[in-house]
Amino acid sequence: MEYLSLFVKSIFVDNMIFAYFLGMCSYLAVSKNVKTAVGLGAAVTFVLLVTVPINYLLENYVLAPNAIVEGVDLSFLSFILFIAVIAGIVQIVEMVVEKFSPSLYASLGIFLPLIAVNCAIMGASLFMQQRHFDGIGEATTYALGSGIGWLIAIVALAAIREKLSYSNVPAPLRGLGITFITVGLMAMAFMCFSGLTI
Amino acid sequence: MELFSKKNKETFLSPLWLNNPVAVQVLGICSALAVTSKLEPALVMGLSVTIIVAFANVVISLLRNTIPNRIRIIVQLVVVAALVTIVSQVLKAFAYDVSVQLSVYVGLIITNCILMGRLEAFAMTNKPWDSFLDGLGSGLGYALILVIVGFFRELLGSGTLLNFQIIPECLYDCGYMNNGLMVLPPMALIIVACVIWFQRAKNPDLQEKSN
Repeated sequence: MEYLSLFVKSIFVDNMIFAYFLGMCSYLAVSKNVKTAVGLGAAVTFVLLVTVPINYLLENYVLAPNAIVEGVDLSFLSFILFIAVIAGIVQIVEMVVEKFSPSLYASLGIFLPLIAVNCAIMGASLFMQQRHFDGIGEATTYALGSGIGWLIAIVALAAIREKLSYSNVPAPLRGLGITFITVGLMAMAFMCFSGLTI
Repeated sequence: MELFSKKNKETFLSPLWLNNPVAVQVLGICSALAVTSKLEPALVMGLSVTIIVAFANVVISLLRNTIPNRIRIIVQLVVVAALVTIVSQVLKAFAYDVSVQLSVYVGLIITNCILMGRLEAFAMTNKPWDSFLDGLGSGLGYALILVIVGFFRELLGSGTLLNFQIIPECLYDCGYMNNGLMVLPPMALIIVACVIWFQRAKNPDLQEKSN
């Protein structure tokens, strides 16, 4: 039950995009059509699901005070270690997917390398560190929920932008401006989920 | 070598407005939106990013001939992560309140697209001094947008600037109310949209053809 509550909360209330603006760059750049949006969303969810538990283990069994050597606190190294893990995992995932599922690689291929510098991935690891989850199960649930939340957000925006291309927008607002306003209105709509509990 | 040749001035000034990293190149949006509910964290964030971009550019520019091409992304990430760690520790030591307000977004400077963009596009092919100016310009361009957004959100949302009361008390007595929506996340997006709108209305060259 606790897991379910955390899962739903991380999708709707603490949505990566609408509450914390994480992963905005690729969110705005790759949301022009629904198909590619689904691809990127799935890739982000997958990488989150792998990196957050690994970083959780590192955080608690390597970096925490007194974890390796008595009296040594390595937690200041967390930024460098997290980003190295993320860059490494993205590289490995890319190679594994290419080897075992060329068709999936062809559809995700271009997005995978981009994900290493997606703030949503690093952000999830940093939030995991900040919120002190109780076990690897909670960290994994959080990763899955945030990933799905990101996926929902990008697919919804892509669907709106596909329809938006038929409307007559004032010239200075075209493209970036109207997209920002759309995301703002979507964020307002998502705010009605705040306080949601199960 | 001239320190401020015409080209260098151009390198420094163009990202401030016409080629602004946030409003025109759409880089580094995440943190630009999240830390701007008050002016103070926006200023600190802008300053931190400026320092990190400028020095990361210098370091990468000095190393540019020795970095093997295949692993350059990882080398860049490590250099940036080291600088961000230093800035984060300094903030924790000297400005603890602000570092709590900025929370994870200090760490997220590592994945700020402005950094990777400048390192890839400029520092890998240019001399240290040029790269320094380029980093400084991009960082200040980013800080400019943060300060504009932070200014309006704090003024309209809490009636203060840098925690000083700006809207006089008598206005509140007459029934004026702070706009609570301004301090919530959605308004950050809408204010950035207004900045972009204003900028593109002034510079028709930047307008996009399709939606």
